[in-house]
Amino acid sequence: MTERTLRGKTAIAGIGETPYYKHGQSPHDEFKLALIAVLEACKDAGVDPRDVDGFASYGGDRSEATRLAAALGIKELRFSNMHWGGGGGGVCAAVANASAAVHSGIADCVIAFRSLAQGQFRRYGRGAVAVAAMGEDAFGAPYGLMSPAQRFAMKITRFMTDHGIRHEALRAIAMASYHHAQTNPRAVMRGRPLDEAKYDASRWIVEPFHRLFDCCMENDCAAAVLVVPAGRAKDLGQRPAYVLGGAQGGHHRSAAPVHNAPLYASSHFTTVARNLYDMAKLGPKDMDVVQAYENFTGGVMMSLVEHGLVKPEEANEFMIPSNLYAPSGRMPLNTSGGNLAECYMHGLELVIEGVRQLRGTACNQVPGAKTVLVIGGPMVTPVSNLILGTEDTL
Amino acid sequence: MSTTTSRALPAGLPAPGEESMTKPYWDGTRKNRLIVQRCRGCGHWQWGPEWICHRCHAFDLAWEEVAPRGRIYSWERPHHPVHPALQGHPPYVIVLVELPHADNIRVIGNLLGDPLQEVKIGTAVEAVFEPHDEADRPYTLVQWRIAV
Repeated sequence: MTERTLRGKTAIAGIGETPYYKHGQSPHDEFKLALIAVLEACKDAGVDPRDVDGFASYGGDRSEATRLAAALGIKELRFSNMHWGGGGGGVCAAVANASAAVHSGIADCVIAFRSLAQGQFRRYGRGAVAVAAMGEDAFGAPYGLMSPAQRFAMKITRFMTDHGIRHEALRAIAMASYHHAQTNPRAVMRGRPLDEAKYDASRWIVEPFHRLFDCCMENDCAAAVLVVPAGRAKDLGQRPAYVLGGAQGGHHRSAAPVHNAPLYASSHFTTVARNLYDMAKLGPKDMDVVQAYENFTGGVMMSLVEHGLVKPEEANEFMIPSNLYAPSGRMPLNTSGGNLAECYMHGLELVIEGVRQLRGTACNQVPGAKTVLVIGGPMVTPVSNLILGTEDTL
Repeated sequence: MSTTTSRALPAGLPAPGEESMTKPYWDGTRKNRLIVQRCRGCGHWQWGPEWICHRCHAFDLAWEEVAPRGRIYSWERPHHPVHPALQGHPPYVIVLVELPHADNIRVIGNLLGDPLQEVKIGTAVEAVFEPHDEADRPYTLVQWRIAV
């Protein structure tokens, strides 16, 4: 029987981004940002945008596939896919869904993208101003529990308390993102370095583990990647970033309402990480670079543990800035600055940075990087992840 | 049964909306009773509310009173105001309370008392019912205090 896998079947052949703007500062409409990102990804790959035949997105993107297809005059639309779930949980799934479509023959040339102009629309970090809270919010909002930072904080409190992990471990995660952003011309936080004193003096968003610098930015931006069959990627202009594995979902009842998941203190990657490594035929020790979605640094900590990259009992010792800095750290993390300091591109900037690392064109290049692990938004459901590799890894 | 006339948080936050599935819960809190789902098929407690029992798939879910006490499973202390009603308001504590006598279901509320108090996972707490009689559709929240 033919092995059921995505390993080595598809590749990211093109990457595209708009400039990354501070929240509310994009001169462009959100849909125009999406168009720019799609065109940039096609240009990078050397593909005529009219030959794109599919779009995959996540997080409830407002730029619909059909409108993109009409606006860009693409010849025929063969795949349009919206991944369920909020936040950046679906970022890697969008790439994997595009890959599944391409590998199965549903489509040939699929854009996975995200467009997000929060200045034009509503910010995530503010509670909804409504008279009545409906659904699950009815059991949170009246108690002042309404923002993402607040929804996830109690998972982190429990995890950190259970394992005795200190806040300094999270500080190292924030410092890695800010450190890498200082050499990244795209980064919103370039020129605004972070040191331990500045972090420690930053205000509380939510005690006991969300200081200001533990929380992602909110930005205006769009990004896209072009997914094609592996064989075709070799004939295009860029060094292919092969998809070695993709997984998505969550463990048993991870979405149980009103904070009732049986395994609560989790980033929701316990099963998803296992499935990813199984498909990629690789393990945590094989990862040269790690891009881990920072909605909140505590979520990064839990996802690193659940991907087998850090043992919880060793977290206080291991999670120090020098271990996380490219080029020579033991586990280079978020090498472009990520959601904290490059741009809150809902994690697609992490996928794109992974591609750059494999091409050898990253601004904080890890020498000879052959594999990249990308971890999508932790603590939401469903979550997703991805392993990308160079041709050597096939 | 404990009730309180003071409020954990300022006026103006969203009220719980009226929905058919959760009506028995909110009707219960108006009577100072904590009423949650319990499956008539397999006898297990279930929370948050759903139309079906996740264990035995019975749709026949009863609403039963549960003793309003538990222990702190996790907690947080928000500082940054994310809603206009919280502007200028000091930090407050949210607790996730586990009910060991009801299959360890968890419920959310505010922890009453000093908002800057040290909070410890595992601490025994008991419910305090906080009526909002002046609302267009009166409702009662379930708050928590350290058990005496």
